[in-house]
Amino acid sequence: MTDAASQPARPAVPPSRLKEFWSSFRENRGAVIGLFVFLAFLVVAAFAPILAPYSPTEQYRDALLVPPFWQDGGSTRFLLGTDAVGRDLLSRLIYGARFSFFIGVIVVTLATTLGVLLGVIAGFAPTWLDTLIMRLMDIVLSFPSLLLALVMVAILGPSLLNAMIAISIVLQPHFVRLTRAAVLAERSKDYVTAARVAGGRPLRIMFRTVLPNCLAPIIVQAALSFSTAVLDTAALGFLGMGAQPPTPEWGTMLAESREFILSAWWVVTFPGLCILVTVLAINLMGDGLRDALDPKLKRS
Amino acid sequence: MALLEIRNLSVEFATHSGKFRAVDGVDVTVDEGELLAIVGESGSGKSVSMLALMGLLPWTATVTADKLEFDGHDLRKISARARRRIIGKDISMIFQEPISSLNPAFTIGWQIKESLRKHTNMSRSQRQDRAVELMRQVGIPAPEKRLQAYPHQLSGGMSQRAMIAMALANKPKLLIADEPTTALDVTIQAQILELLTDLQKNSGMALVLITHDMGVVAETVQRVQVQYAGQRVELQEVDGLFENPHHPYTAALLAALPERATEKRLPTIPGVVPGQFDRPQGCLFSPRCSFADARCIAERPTPAGHDLGYALCHYPLIDGQPTGKENAA
Amino acid sequence: MSEPILTAKNLKRHYEVKGGFMKPNAIVRALDGASFSLTPGKTLAVVGESGSGKSTLARVVTMIESPTEGELTIGGRQIGPNGAAGDRDLRAMVQIVFQDPYGSLNPRQTIGQTLMEPLLLNRPDVSAQEREKRAREMLTMVGLRPEHFDRYPHMFSGGQRQRVAVARALMLEPKILVLDEPVSALDLSIQSQVLNLLMDLQERMDLAYLFISHDLSVVRHIADEVLVLYLGQPVEIGPKEVLFEEPRHPYTKALLSATPVADPLMRKERIKLTGELPSPMNKPDGCSFNPRCWRKLDICTSVEPELQGQGHCFACHNPVPEDETAAA
Repeated sequence: MTDAASQPARPAVPPSRLKEFWSSFRENRGAVIGLFVFLAFLVVAAFAPILAPYSPTEQYRDALLVPPFWQDGGSTRFLLGTDAVGRDLLSRLIYGARFSFFIGVIVVTLATTLGVLLGVIAGFAPTWLDTLIMRLMDIVLSFPSLLLALVMVAILGPSLLNAMIAISIVLQPHFVRLTRAAVLAERSKDYVTAARVAGGRPLRIMFRTVLPNCLAPIIVQAALSFSTAVLDTAALGFLGMGAQPPTPEWGTMLAESREFILSAWWVVTFPGLCILVTVLAINLMGDGLRDALDPKLKRS
Repeated sequence: MALLEIRNLSVEFATHSGKFRAVDGVDVTVDEGELLAIVGESGSGKSVSMLALMGLLPWTATVTADKLEFDGHDLRKISARARRRIIGKDISMIFQEPISSLNPAFTIGWQIKESLRKHTNMSRSQRQDRAVELMRQVGIPAPEKRLQAYPHQLSGGMSQRAMIAMALANKPKLLIADEPTTALDVTIQAQILELLTDLQKNSGMALVLITHDMGVVAETVQRVQVQYAGQRVELQEVDGLFENPHHPYTAALLAALPERATEKRLPTIPGVVPGQFDRPQGCLFSPRCSFADARCIAERPTPAGHDLGYALCHYPLIDGQPTGKENAA
Repeated sequence: MSEPILTAKNLKRHYEVKGGFMKPNAIVRALDGASFSLTPGKTLAVVGESGSGKSTLARVVTMIESPTEGELTIGGRQIGPNGAAGDRDLRAMVQIVFQDPYGSLNPRQTIGQTLMEPLLLNRPDVSAQEREKRAREMLTMVGLRPEHFDRYPHMFSGGQRQRVAVARALMLEPKILVLDEPVSALDLSIQSQVLNLLMDLQERMDLAYLFISHDLSVVRHIADEVLVLYLGQPVEIGPKEVLFEEPRHPYTKALLSATPVADPLMRKERIKLTGELPSPMNKPDGCSFNPRCWRKLDICTSVEPELQGQGHCFACHNPVPEDETAAA
């Protein structure tokens, strides 16, 4: 419009959505700390080749089970020490961040895509299809999730990829339920009817009109699933069903070094600590996200 | 002596984007056995001021007042425990949505008797009798049977009657009805309003009716307090208010009623109620007022005298014409 | 008087409700035999309490739901069992404005997108620039400012949102606008703005309005004809002046007398209706109003009255006599 410039000064406007989101997210101090830890973790994962002093798989036969530098016998050559075959622990942990992040992203993407798709379909489908989908999800949910993942990996064969697929399948019923509930709540609103009166076809209404309005709880669930994915992959790795040695995956690293738990504490402690800190940070961040995005839980 | 006296009550909410003043220096006086209406649009602070009195606001709210006195008690000073003894016994409140104001997990009878149990030392059978009596008083047929009913088994009108029965359980001196009929159909609304006014007349209880419906006001109350954007803009007897409103907002509001319109196009009030981000500096109604001048925009008005309905205006209207402009000039 | 653009004959909409375990399915007669017509430039108001079938009527006329029985003719074309599916021209003829301005706009769409969507879906031959031009023109027409085009609904007040909803409904240049309680969620000072807008638009675009409301003072102001519904059935229909001055059906009279009048000098005797609206699942035998009626005869509990009369019709065995109505 050409005369837009000649309009009177716009009156004060309430803050934009993003600003409001940030201001309520910022109120939760834990969430902000979680966010920063998560960002640091991202940076480490992205720049692993630059940050890591050594290759994660290179073995220094002259330095087996060297302790961290502050302990007797430790040196600044290997800051966090080495493992049983002489690989630099710090480098392995840094590269491990890469794997964990990669696992998280793939698993969450897979689970979310599949889960949201099924959830939207269930929300709009005739009763029989809805029932079919939801009962299937109930069956998946009725197994302990790790056990089911384990069984699936056992069938598919142990590898990182199969572990990720198994975990995605185990996680996606949560997304289906969440999406379906949100869709059912949104579907009865007048703007959806208005879109139908305007001539919107079912697919457009499902994915263009309704779905964007259901995203808030899905984002929160995705963030929290990220930590579950990291944790479950580590657990599968620890059980020997996930990433295979010598992949520097944190869970696998834990499993490899189980026997040194008394003699060389650092080999076990640092991967465990990494898992703990990452999962905690993501959960804190997810909580903050929920508080900021979910108006029902928002403090007035 | 006034039963309830509130002077200069203000309520501020802390929000993400700063403080929001929902009630701004409101005075309310209610005499014993009186029927007062507080009228206003959404955002006028009519409900919030009463919730502040009841102490029912969330923690984000800051309540300040020069005087907050009920039946000789200073509500600003008393402890939470003493306040609870007054609230629910001497002051009761009913709300707009009867269905959601009743606890769906318990029967109507249990809820009425619970309120009796807390504030009286009646025996179990006395409580039962009193509950039946109350249900009969609010016109619920077959009260013994209805006491056993759960809220979802009652219609909207019946639920509102049950709410009123609960509110009356301890013979309150003051009943605050917050939009009691807005969610109900007209024929049911007529029944409930009649019930409320009859109760007020017969039991000597004071009734504060919060509403946005001018029709309800005209047909039921004696004194009307008009609120706008958290301020009291006018206080008058109902006949005077409808015949000769002194505040431009009241006048404009009455003119906007379709039934008072003389031609097809309705007179309107331009603009919207000021929100958190566009509160005017002077008179809050000045941006929408057809009589506003430079003084209205710059200066906050003070209430006029009793003859002019305490109108919060620099130039209160008499017969639709602003007065006092020549003195100011 | 011009030809009607929409005629409905004996329109019915029934819903089947699952009876649950070991119970037969129940049938809810939400709308049970409504006949009326809409004329360009005129407003038919539908009045009734909750559960009277007002909103069902709106959904049937808007072709969101198809009638169970009865005929619906819009613009000379009979509506089949599939409603307006796949028929863009037919769909564009009837548009709707909802009651709740907060639920009727998609929170994730800007006002511009909301306004352009109907064109995008129904007029593929209109270019993108043309769409935007028309949407901006419409925005001005309903009294909003051009800079509102790129804003989201949450930045608007209820009255402004309702203007947007009206603008969206008019984007396809419909002939009929269904207004489902368009002002009852708005404050009094905003209500009159929206009513004026609706009246202006009707005059300018020669629209036929189906105005659904429970507020009789609004209806009295805006309507040309009034249809009173009770439990899904029309009990009285007639020109506004006649219906308000001389209501013949006891329910209409009771409804009028229950409506508060904003004039303290006019306090009047009310006709007290006892009881409440029965459930549409088990309607009383005979006239559905008989349990609450104060003019009930024996025949009322057994025989259902027919809607009869010319111009001003009412369905009652014992209508309010004409001389008595004048006093109301």
